[in-house]
Amino acid sequence: MTLIDLANPTRFLALTARLLPWLAGATVILLALGLYQASLAPDDYQQGATVKIMFIHVPNAWLSMFVWGVMSIASLGTLVWRHPLADVAAKAAAPIGAAFTFLALLTGSLWGRPMWGTYWEWDARLTSVLILFLMYLGLMALWRAVDDPSRAARAAAVLTLVGAINLPIIKFSVDWWNTLHQPASVMRMGGSTLDKSFLIPLLVMAIAFTLLFLTLHLAAMRNEILRRRVRSLQMMQASRVAFSSEVGTGSRQENASKEVGAA
Amino acid sequence: MTALSALIRRDIRIALRVGGGALIGVLFFLTVVVLMPFAVGPDLALLSRLGPAILWLGALLASLLTLDRLFMADHDDGSLDLITMSRTPLELACAAKALAHWIASGLPLIVATPVLGLLLNLDMVATGAVALTLLAGTPALTFTGMIGAALAVTLHRGGLLMAVLVLPLSIPVLIFGVAASQAVIVGPMTFGAPFSILCALSLVSLVIGPFAAAASLRHGLD
Repeated sequence: MTLIDLANPTRFLALTARLLPWLAGATVILLALGLYQASLAPDDYQQGATVKIMFIHVPNAWLSMFVWGVMSIASLGTLVWRHPLADVAAKAAAPIGAAFTFLALLTGSLWGRPMWGTYWEWDARLTSVLILFLMYLGLMALWRAVDDPSRAARAAAVLTLVGAINLPIIKFSVDWWNTLHQPASVMRMGGSTLDKSFLIPLLVMAIAFTLLFLTLHLAAMRNEILRRRVRSLQMMQASRVAFSSEVGTGSRQENASKEVGAA
Repeated sequence: MTALSALIRRDIRIALRVGGGALIGVLFFLTVVVLMPFAVGPDLALLSRLGPAILWLGALLASLLTLDRLFMADHDDGSLDLITMSRTPLELACAAKALAHWIASGLPLIVATPVLGLLLNLDMVATGAVALTLLAGTPALTFTGMIGAALAVTLHRGGLLMAVLVLPLSIPVLIFGVAASQAVIVGPMTFGAPFSILCALSLVSLVIGPFAAAASLRHGLD
């Protein structure tokens, strides 16, 4: 089974139908395990119990960037290799990524209120993540503005790749601009500065959220494929109705070309 | 090369003649700047403190306003198809069109800046700093905006969507443009650091913009 075999949507649907229950099960188990471990984690000596927001906030923030990365790779697949499932993957990922980004902003602001004394601060990390959120919304609007899915896919792919410039800016914003947000502590040169009692639940939660994304993404991709099938069936139905109603020779040719365009 | 210079001359000529709309941008810029004292109050000290930010916002909105003409008119009368099919690489043609657009609608904004600076009680040095940062930064606005214009031309009702898509990309330009000109007026910061980042942003968009715009035109128009 290679990537090319997956280009066949039917085979993809069959594979994901078998895969999805396992993924969903693993997600639930890991989420339960991670939340349990997080509840056992000690309170921070400075932050008290509010530090536990971290176990939700950090995975969401990590996925907000990871999803855009997945969409960028899918956009390359759309533009370079014309992989038929790539634009389905990119389209299905956008709302999920927007949701993760929104949750990261929301939990971050709830965490910021007791820690920094403010819900919102115009610091580099917060602002760049907010821009990421706006770009997700703009991308979703772009998907809806074009009727033809394959044309929408290519327009969105260009925008996704241009927007990927924002990812390194977000990642390094805490190092380049020294503002309120704390610098990187988990993934950094010279190992993590986080204590094991925090690090292990955090990693479990991160893996659980990544699995959650994979589950949601595959399910959304299945929905998108089915939605496109319904759409092309409706187009065929519409052109068949047009055939039977007007049997004139001139319009016949026109309808035939429309049907080819729809398929 | 002659094809490109002909394209640039044609675009500038169209933009400057009746109905071309290049000078509408300056009028809009003036309107935004005139509106500001009504919004924040006619306090001259406050206005000179906010001056660079107001001028930058006005220029940003004005250049956004004129952007949808970049490809839309050519798309409507069919010449965009000719440009796409011609032997000149589409990337170069896009760059030439953006350059012409910047000369016709970006440069007048910079020329208007000293006059508008007077209205906002900016002194000579501050006005010069804002004009210099606009000179360095508006190419970035045009060349990133071109990506949005190319996306919008392939949609049917893309005008408003373009603003939503382009504005997030122009935030870094705004940040460093205002930072550099504020550095001259108040700041403990030096002018050089944000200004060179601004120049770098312009250079990067000069490279990325034509390729992304040409890609979306090529994929969108078929």
